[in-house]
Amino acid sequence: MKITVGGEKKEVADGLTVAALIEQENVETPEYVTVSVNEEFIDKDAFAGHVLKEGDEVEFLYFMGGGAL
Amino acid sequence: MRITIKQNDFDRIYEHALNERPDEACGLIAGDDREDGVREIKKVYILTNTDHTNEHFTIDPKEQLMAIKDMRSNGLKPLGNWHSHPESPSRPSEEDKRLANDSKASYLILSLMEEGKPVLNAFHIENVEGEKSVRREELEIVK
Repeated sequence: MKITVGGEKKEVADGLTVAALIEQENVETPEYVTVSVNEEFIDKDAFAGHVLKEGDEVEFLYFMGGGAL
Repeated sequence: MRITIKQNDFDRIYEHALNERPDEACGLIAGDDREDGVREIKKVYILTNTDHTNEHFTIDPKEQLMAIKDMRSNGLKPLGNWHSHPESPSRPSEEDKRLANDSKASYLILSLMEEGKPVLNAFHIENVEGEKSVRREELEIVK
């Protein structure tokens, strides 16, 4: 099936989960990555169970934060 | 790496950071990595600090997503982020270092510590053998 990852169209296996996509894409420091599918944010706990569908638009966003101390 | 930011963009983040005091202000930067080695900031995004405190910032992920889409539709590359230190110097704090997880990003810090004398510096932060290594990048404000 075809999905879009970070603006790029990709052919991936049917039944691919968000967790498997993170592994497949070699995402750097995945523990700090937020994932959206079709502009909906996916809970980290749901990564392994969220199955992607044809035409889904996936974005990996790095947590951006810090502090003054 | 040499980074350039337009005076107008600097003025915008400075003004916003002043208005947000005592809280930290934050946002993203986008532009081009030019062939001559210059990282040119072409657009600055002013986004919400969802922590709303003077000691921490977290960029609103929904706004982050919209900014990334805007960059893509305008042919801009995500280059990193910026945030203010209302009461401390323009250098990465321990928390800044711990939470800097993109080795390709430039991290800009605007200090408002001295009234009327904003200091903006850019940093490269990466993991080297389990430790965070920080290098200051040359930053120039241009017309």
